[in-house]
Amino acid sequence: MAESIALNLAQLAFVLLLSPLFAGILARLKEIVQSKRGPSIFQPYRDLRKLFGKDERISAESSWLFRTAPYLIFIVPLIITLLIPVLTDFPLFLAFAGDMLAAGFIFAVSGLFFTLAAIDAGNPYGAMGASRTRMVGFLAEPVIIVVLFTVSFIANSTIPYIVQQHWVHPIANFFAPSHILLLIAFFMIILAETGRIPVDNPSGHFELAMIDESKALELSGRSAALVKYGGYMKFTVLAIIFLNVLTTPWGLASTGSIVAIVGAAAAVSLKIVALVVAVVVVESSYAKLRLFRISEFLGAAFVVSVTAMVTELLRL
Amino acid sequence: MNGIIVELNALVLGLFIIATIAMTVTRQIGACMQLFIVQSLLLAASAFLLGASPLSWHLVALGCVTVLSKVVIIPWVIRALVPGEINQRRELAQTIDVPAALLISLGLTLVGYAFAQPLIHAAPSLSAGNLAMGVAGLLVGLFLLAVRVEAVPQLLGILAMENAAFLAGIAVAPDFPLIAELAIAFDVPLLAFIVALLARTAYRRIGTTEVGGLAALREWIR
Repeated sequence: MAESIALNLAQLAFVLLLSPLFAGILARLKEIVQSKRGPSIFQPYRDLRKLFGKDERISAESSWLFRTAPYLIFIVPLIITLLIPVLTDFPLFLAFAGDMLAAGFIFAVSGLFFTLAAIDAGNPYGAMGASRTRMVGFLAEPVIIVVLFTVSFIANSTIPYIVQQHWVHPIANFFAPSHILLLIAFFMIILAETGRIPVDNPSGHFELAMIDESKALELSGRSAALVKYGGYMKFTVLAIIFLNVLTTPWGLASTGSIVAIVGAAAAVSLKIVALVVAVVVVESSYAKLRLFRISEFLGAAFVVSVTAMVTELLRL
Repeated sequence: MNGIIVELNALVLGLFIIATIAMTVTRQIGACMQLFIVQSLLLAASAFLLGASPLSWHLVALGCVTVLSKVVIIPWVIRALVPGEINQRRELAQTIDVPAALLISLGLTLVGYAFAQPLIHAAPSLSAGNLAMGVAGLLVGLFLLAVRVEAVPQLLGILAMENAAFLAGIAVAPDFPLIAELAIAFDVPLLAFIVALLARTAYRRIGTTEVGGLAALREWIR
């Protein structure tokens, strides 16, 4: 019991402490690819410290939504952290409290409140960004559903800890075509959901072209810091689901000893850095799509996920 | 060993149908042609995989013929004959917009699967999936033919259907006589040659290759 709680706390600490670092590495690598020096990889930590120390300005027109949404956005990735295998390959405490579908719904709650808060502030760009995020969101939804359906179909479960075990026992499952196609579809979803380049430009500062950023325009001080931090953690959590549950379920601790946990933390960090490199490659080799082409990008993801399902059905 | 081959073959089939759907929705002629080359390579890969164990020279020969005629000769014929300007056009004309076309071709894939499901039991289990994906590819290729209005993508649509028919053929008749394969292998580049000539002439006369608008056949143009 005590050990389980300690391990859960270690999971939370891993996501809380290292998320900004991965965001920093991503930003730095992107700049290096573009032949620039770029900010230090610890810049996100400095940004967060600065924002937490600043005064907050809240529009007199806004309601409680605007004030509570940042906390929700900050909390939600941490809740999901408790449901998924971050460092251990044996189920913890809350492992069976919710499956991958639940994780998707919990993310949807924070997404909903973020859009409401963006509209609430009364900034015209906020409402525009909110409607665009919803568009991307509802186009991504069917892909997520089909991916989860196929996963549960293959592994007979949607509990992350069980799914993760399925790919490696026996190892042939790992090379199943449905698995490989699923990974492609899920990677495209990560790009869309975290506002990465074929869908949205995270480093763009032009309000009319923004999708994700424009929702946070009205936020300042602590709220801005919480939303930024929540965004970093969302990327890390999605990366962990992608890596630990779907792609490479190796390198996780199988006992609760401190050495094993530290080793697992190092291994998971390395895996996330590898994923960050993949994201940098994609971001540097593609241009941002026009808004109405996003449906085609996500349509392609949908085609890939349905093909994954069909190839799985063909094996019967 | 056989298990790995079945898995790899299933992956090839999945990528084959994705390549066919991508051909239906891509916007550039160049990309469409590259996807056709990828699709042909995947067909060859499936033939090689199924021909490897138990060793079947027919399938290996089919793979070699496919690579030679569809990866080397046909793209070369099209590039040599079709005027280069049409490759620079940014967007192809389409009768149905891209998201709708994606969904329709996806639906056709499922129809192909449902259609082949009862037939799968009749085919040898190693290549059962080829039949389903071949039928699906045939339907998507037909749809591609209907969606496109320009000559070269339409030609690529016919060739994609032909690839899909071969894919299904591997499942139904693995010991297809080689002479038929060779005949088709010479037939198809000839088809490409004729359509490419048509596209070239049409482009010279009317400045476009949108043959979808050609409705009536006349003896001569005054």
